[in-house]
Amino acid sequence: MESTTATHDDHYHGPASGIRRWLFTTNHKDIGTLYLWFSLIMFFVGGAMAMVIRAELIAPGMNLVDPMFYNQLITVHALVMIFGAVMPAFVGLANWMVPMMIGAPDMALPRMNNWSFWILPIGFTLLLMTFFLPGGAPASGWTIYPPLVLQTGDAFPFLVFSIHVLGISSIMGAMNIIVTIMNLRAPGMGLLKMPIFIWTWLITAYLLIAVMPVLAGAVTMLLTDKYFGTSFFDAAGGGDPVLFQHIFWFFGHPEVYIMILPAFGIISEVIPTFSRKRLFGYEAMVYATAAIAFLSFIVWAHHMFTVGMPIGGLLFFMFTTMLIAVPTGVKIFNWVATMWRGAMTFETPMLFALAFLFLFTIGGFSGLMLAIVPADFQYHDSYFVVAHFHYVLVPGSVFAIMAGVYYWLPKWTGNMYNEFWAKTHFWLTAISVNITFFPQHFVGLAGMPRRIPDYPVQFADWNMVSSLGSFVFGISQLIFVAVIIGCIRGGTRKVDDRVWEGSHGLEWTLPSPAPYHSFDKPPEVR
Amino acid sequence: MFKAKFSGVMRRLSCLALAAGLMIPGTAFAFREGINLPEGVTSISSDIYGLHMLIFWIVVVIGVLVFGAMIISIFLHRKSRGVKPATFHHNTTVEVIWTAIPFLILVGMAIPASQALIEIEDYRDYDMSITVTASQWQWHYEYRGEDVAFYSRLDAKSNAARQLRDRRTVDPEEVDNYLLSVDNKVVVPVDQKVLLLLTADDVIHAWWVPELGGKKDAIPGFVNEMWFEITEPGIYRGQCAELCGRDHAFMPIVVKAVEQDEYEEWLEEQREQTADSGDAADDQVTALDVAR
Amino acid sequence: MAQAEGSYYVPHESYWPVVGTIGMFVAVLGASIWLIGMGHVGVPVTLVGAAIILFMVWGWFRDVINESVSGTFGALEDKSFRQSMAWFIVSEVFFFGAFFGALFYARMFSVPWLGGEGANFFTGLLLWEGFEATWPSHGPGELGGDFRAIGAWGLPAIMTAILLTSGVTLTIAHHALKDGRRRLLNWGLFATVALGLLFLCFQAYEFYLAYTEYNLRLETGIFGSTFFMLTGFHGLHVILGTLMLIVVLGRCLKGHFTADNHFAFEAAAWYWHFVDVVWVLLFIFVYMI
Ligand code: HEA
Ligand code: HEA
Ligand code: CUA
Ligand SMILES: [Cu+2]
Repeated sequence: MESTTATHDDHYHGPASGIRRWLFTTNHKDIGTLYLWFSLIMFFVGGAMAMVIRAELIAPGMNLVDPMFYNQLITVHALVMIFGAVMPAFVGLANWMVPMMIGAPDMALPRMNNWSFWILPIGFTLLLMTFFLPGGAPASGWTIYPPLVLQTGDAFPFLVFSIHVLGISSIMGAMNIIVTIMNLRAPGMGLLKMPIFIWTWLITAYLLIAVMPVLAGAVTMLLTDKYFGTSFFDAAGGGDPVLFQHIFWFFGHPEVYIMILPAFGIISEVIPTFSRKRLFGYEAMVYATAAIAFLSFIVWAHHMFTVGMPIGGLLFFMFTTMLIAVPTGVKIFNWVATMWRGAMTFETPMLFALAFLFLFTIGGFSGLMLAIVPADFQYHDSYFVVAHFHYVLVPGSVFAIMAGVYYWLPKWTGNMYNEFWAKTHFWLTAISVNITFFPQHFVGLAGMPRRIPDYPVQFADWNMVSSLGSFVFGISQLIFVAVIIGCIRGGTRKVDDRVWEGSHGLEWTLPSPAPYHSFDKPPEVR
Repeated sequence: MFKAKFSGVMRRLSCLALAAGLMIPGTAFAFREGINLPEGVTSISSDIYGLHMLIFWIVVVIGVLVFGAMIISIFLHRKSRGVKPATFHHNTTVEVIWTAIPFLILVGMAIPASQALIEIEDYRDYDMSITVTASQWQWHYEYRGEDVAFYSRLDAKSNAARQLRDRRTVDPEEVDNYLLSVDNKVVVPVDQKVLLLLTADDVIHAWWVPELGGKKDAIPGFVNEMWFEITEPGIYRGQCAELCGRDHAFMPIVVKAVEQDEYEEWLEEQREQTADSGDAADDQVTALDVAR
Repeated sequence: MAQAEGSYYVPHESYWPVVGTIGMFVAVLGASIWLIGMGHVGVPVTLVGAAIILFMVWGWFRDVINESVSGTFGALEDKSFRQSMAWFIVSEVFFFGAFFGALFYARMFSVPWLGGEGANFFTGLLLWEGFEATWPSHGPGELGGDFRAIGAWGLPAIMTAILLTSGVTLTIAHHALKDGRRRLLNWGLFATVALGLLFLCFQAYEFYLAYTEYNLRLETGIFGSTFFMLTGFHGLHVILGTLMLIVVLGRCLKGHFTADNHFAFEAAAWYWHFVDVVWVLLFIFVYMI
């Protein structure tokens, strides 16, 4: 209050030099950058595992790896992609963009911000080092169901503690984002004037705070079941393995929306910009996001339709799950209506956004099919499910992240990325993602279970197609890295503050590259 | 120069590629065999198949409409055609409509789905029952009240072929029904309501034969029920569908449906074998479950 | 408002987060090594990690307290702290929610199902013949042998009274702080801390009794599991809350906090009340019914 001078001193210093800058930083942009690089590295780590998975599956027969190692790969692939690639990417984008979009100097709790980042790498160190322990990494699938997961060897406590650590990181990150959004908005920016990206992140942060502790509780019970003789998940003692599944999916289903709501936010920024038209139905978008978040808490058991639930439970979870299609549909329609009679151009961010629109919707449709209980009795644990979730996660979440990166990269660096290579990246990615994941619908329906390293020969052809597609997809991502590095190193040209013709919002009023401290004086929002 | 031209062409191609790339496989997969759900040989499986096709076509229609609108606007409402962007950004009427219509469609889907579910979940009035106990990595079948029980494992030939490349002695391509054959098949009569009582000894497994319709988890410490009534004699194959450790991929299920008299003969044979191996079923149990 | 005048306080670089990160890594690494059967290495490593974390807490808090005392924080910063404390408590609510969920599930579903209720006729019949679903239960396998549950109206009732009283003394202290009555503030806080410690002693005694007299252990099937998980985690929270109160008491004795600027006090108080409420729920659902 009284000592504005003291605070001002702190504002005008630039970054520290060398490694100290990154280790000790309290700056939202530095921390955002750390998150984004970390996420990119993890995308490659998880992707490299996916490449081995697809290489094993390229033809029937055990070709490359031991079945146990295969199970370790799918488990860690999923955990790395979810907790290491997609979630940190969104947190990184939030770190960069939230203060810039709401007119704040920084995040509300800058030191804690640093902490939430730095415990991520140690969480993954714990997880990834299990590959080198006797018995190898956890091999129970990312859903870590008991009793199977209790057969894990020495990796077990590392798995549990790494999940605890990652959870703490997410909770702190979420708290920071909520507080920043609630307290540091520029004067005049009422809640219903916030950019949609801010809204979606706010709601995502609530989800995180609600569900990460539940996951922590679930894995804690696993730990005590294994080492301290409790019987939460053991029928002989009066527990139930299915209890774990309920708790896990109470976390797990909101988790998948944690991975899509910020994506919706990015898409809602990109489409209006390149359509040169305001977002259609802003308020409906906000309410739809909130509705999705609310519903996400009461649908969890749609992942467990085959565990033998009472019929009342089956019906309840089927209906609630189907309902999610309504608010999600509202979003899709609003985006289409935003494009409708706009004046569109197709720069790379827009291309990714459009591909998102098409392909996420396909993933949503297969989700809806999965929600139909009797049909899910057939689909469950088949490749149809694998196809569903890769459609919502890869051309869904990952494409949205890529759209966001291309969209804001010029703002971050002051340079334009190479549009030609970016478009090449887009086309290779968009085509190969379909070649990779569309055939998985076919083999799934035809009866191929998931989580198998070897399969009956009738599934061979489509698996070959899928594997080849995935290799193209993998290699294409190298272009992405090259474009990013090229842009940081100078890009094709300098950009002005607005960057895109149709852009609007506070972040575009800052210089490009954005200054080290965002808004020292809060801007006035009409 | 080249780049500008190239991206111009690309721009045009973009829409075409997206449309074609997505819609064509999308519709094709409903028809060709081996890429869709089997219709199967039980009332449950054909109910499910019907439901699956119904939802599939519903989402295809919605997809055509939504993607159609997207594609039209991508083609027509682009800056390069010199259009001025409109300024509308809100319309309560259309928003109510596109909230209400999907909701109604969902109600329309939920009704047949619930009906099918209620039918599937009706476990009463079965003709025979088999206790199925899963373990790593085999199935144990016990014909209740018949003194017949046996284990069922991956057959020897598949087993030889599924070894890691340098250790395998048989090429998977040369094995009939690779990974889908077992040493002892489950034999059941046709046109009888067969109740499976599923449980497990160690970890969770799941019993899945696509042509019989659906799967159910086998959970240690609990018994789950599942039933089917096969209409056509034949051999139906499936696999364990819940990750159960190292050899999860190698625990197939084979069901052989035969006419009643053939079934009786088979039972007789089995009884002798089971008696030899001393793995007898519990007779009292049958008396008790009538009480249910 | 602070924002209108100047700007929000953005601290300098700080090494505490990285210290905390290292501490956390060392601690969980040690714990993992301990659990995989190498306690002689694991336990000391865990302790080193815990020490580093404590060092971090000490240093970080020292920085923040210095900033606070020198008037760095305005109303907006204060609001940020409050809100983040509130959300932290919300996350704790969900953490306990997972364990309460396990308790409710066991009582309402899994134990009855194992006894053959609902659609689980065959579960009872084929696997657990003769098992009668009752509560408390250690399951059809009778894990851990015969045991007795601890009745609500002995020790637990006293413990409830202690915690509820501590809530009152804390509120008295809070009002005293607002009214500027420092002596009452200090005494109220002191009483709260004392009651917290007393509660912990009782709980330790209760666990001792459970293990020796009642044969109630972690291994006692689902009842033992839920009982010790819930009360144990609650106990850990009481320990944490008491530590927070001790720090706040120390600061009060030093003359920190003013009638309208005492975030740390309030944070600790909220936390304490939260721990209180959880106990009341425990008392009802674990001991009473
Ligand atoms: C980003 C992640 C994400 C998203 C957004 C979704 C979205 C949805 N998911 Fe998905 N899901 C996963 C990630 C995701 N899922 C993952 C990772 C798994 C597997 C986990 C594992 O087992 O490992 C999974 C598994 C999964 C299952 C369990 C399958 C099984 O194991 O048997 C089910 C079942 O109901 C389901 C349903 C849905 C539904 C109904 C939606 C809905 O939200 C979709 C809504 C969208 C639409 C419907 C399209 C657009 C709408 C319109 C155009 C409006 C008009 C439409 C109609 C009226 C039809 N999902
Ligand atoms: C956000 C989440 C996410 C993402 C992005 C991905 C990305 C990919 N996934 Fe993943 N996946 C999951 C989440 C995700 N997945 C989950 C939750 C499961 C379930 C696990 C379980 O069952 O428990 C799963 C399971 C899963 C399976 C099923 C395994 C099984 O059931 O047996 C398969 C198989 O094809 C697969 C493939 C891929 C591929 C090819 C990609 C690609 O998109 C990856 C592309 C990225 C790269 C390839 C990296 C970049 C490039 C390089 C490293 C350069 C080198 C390139 C070459 C050598 C070609 N995944
Ligand atoms: Cu048994 Cu998978
Ligand atoms: Cu879900």
